Amino acid sequence: MDYGLPHIGPGALRVAGRNFKVWRKLIIAGVLVHILEPLLYLVALGYGLGVFIREISGMTYLSFLASGIMVSSAMMTASFESMFSAFSRLDHQRTYEGLMATPLIVDDIAIGEIIWSAFKAAMSGIGILLVAILLGAVEGWRSLLAIPVVFLTGLTFAAMALNTTALARRWDFFQYYMTLLLTPMMLLCGVFYPVSSLPSWMQTAVQFLPLTHAIDIIRPLLTGQSVSNLMLHLLVLLVYLLVFGFASLVLLRKRLYV
Amino acid sequence: MSERRYLAVRARGLTKYYADRCVVDRINLDIPQGCLFGVLGPNGAGKSTTMRMLQGVTPPDDGDLVVMGCHIPSQAVRARTRMGVIPQTDNLDPDFTVEENLQVYAHYFGMDAQAVQPRISELLHFVDLEGYERAHINSLSGGMKRRLTFARALINEPDLIILDEPTTGLDPQVRHQIWDKLRELRQQGRTLLLTTHYLEEAQRLCDELVIIDQGKILEHGRPQELIARLVESEVVEIHDNPRAMDVLQSIQGCRTESSGGSIYGYLHNAKSAIDLLHEQGIASLQRPANLEDVFLKLTGRGLRG
Repeated sequence: MDYGLPHIGPGALRVAGRNFKVWRKLIIAGVLVHILEPLLYLVALGYGLGVFIREISGMTYLSFLASGIMVSSAMMTASFESMFSAFSRLDHQRTYEGLMATPLIVDDIAIGEIIWSAFKAAMSGIGILLVAILLGAVEGWRSLLAIPVVFLTGLTFAAMALNTTALARRWDFFQYYMTLLLTPMMLLCGVFYPVSSLPSWMQTAVQFLPLTHAIDIIRPLLTGQSVSNLMLHLLVLLVYLLVFGFASLVLLRKRLYV
Repeated sequence: MSERRYLAVRARGLTKYYADRCVVDRINLDIPQGCLFGVLGPNGAGKSTTMRMLQGVTPPDDGDLVVMGCHIPSQAVRARTRMGVIPQTDNLDPDFTVEENLQVYAHYFGMDAQAVQPRISELLHFVDLEGYERAHINSLSGGMKRRLTFARALINEPDLIILDEPTTGLDPQVRHQIWDKLRELRQQGRTLLLTTHYLEEAQRLCDELVIIDQGKILEHGRPQELIARLVESEVVEIHDNPRAMDVLQSIQGCRTESSGGSIYGYLHNAKSAIDLLHEQGIASLQRPANLEDVFLKLTGRGLRG
């Protein structure tokens, strides 16, 4: 096992740039996904359920949901990109094999994929922000600060998911990660309802999950409230990013330098 | 004045284990600059592993390896800037067109997009893929993919080109075209390192070659020199006539081998054997010995994994 420190260089941006070039070719489909999906969620749930929920945590249900969807969508976008897309480049497309015959190294691949996945998460965040603004679910210019936080959230979840990719031998393997981690976070970390509705032991438990902290920053940013414990929330995201980012790097080195 | 040979590759005691199995076993390699060098061996002999070690993507378990003056793997990135690789299995990027594949690959080398454009046109001309700039990878034939892989490996004007079984699965037209290109590249002073199990290919092309099996180098030399040194100059082949074995064995200095229904007689002058077989009414073929005879003598006729 090579536990050497990450080598950070321009190569990572070349790897991310490759993915960007592919994405740009299908930009219409890409943008449509980022706009249409949140629009459906917000309209269906925000209006559909919003009728029964007049107010939640001092805001309309639509506003409450917009921030939740923004963060969960960043999580899903970054995770899927780092799992399914990266795995196809690792496995049957042999893209990494081709990359490694050039001056690029595995560290460039790992860091590049994480940056790229976060970029896609940020794109989805921007899509949702636009939709939420149009629906009048967002307050104030400060909501634009959500974009860099979504990017950080994307980095964190991409780094986590990339570990699964480095270990995966078959596509089925990702099902574990989705069922055991992504779905529980989606349902328990405050996307659809406030965490305070949960039994107290569960409230404590979800504090250890990164999605909770991302929502705790972004929800007040979108609704003009002040963010409490900002440093703590950022620290949790950052620790997850660094620990899992490093682990994914070590695992990918082991997988690719054979 | 003694001829000074600059080495593109110098390996000493290069060793690689997978689990407990030694796939490359303390090999030494001296590959002179400007040489078209062949690495021959049956499937699983350790050829591809050796090529991967030279690229710095497979870390050796033991030994010293210097490629174009760079220690591998510690200076592999620097070595790879001057290296072109044609892998055994095509790994062109299916998300891009022909031209985009070359552009993206140039970008991996940190080359400027504008500056590389004339080079891309030149390379597409070199491999006869002009007019296919916008074609998608999946629409290309096997031969076209191979040629594009070739062009891609040359994007950085490499001094050392590593080709891992470059002509496997290609039709004779494409193979001959690729051989011409290889000779042309050697004329330009580049070093080419080729693995193959087509012995005819190696005999035609290579200035020097090694034959490896089970991770060990069995022989090293020029093709004609190996043939002259290791096998008799002529071969008599008889198919589906077991009586021929007794006839051949009665001739002094004739080494015999059999495989399936075929019998091979190796000897320095086939004339007497042919006459003798003819008298017995046995039809035979006569040909000069080639590299394949050397290869089979060294590695045996048993099947490999």
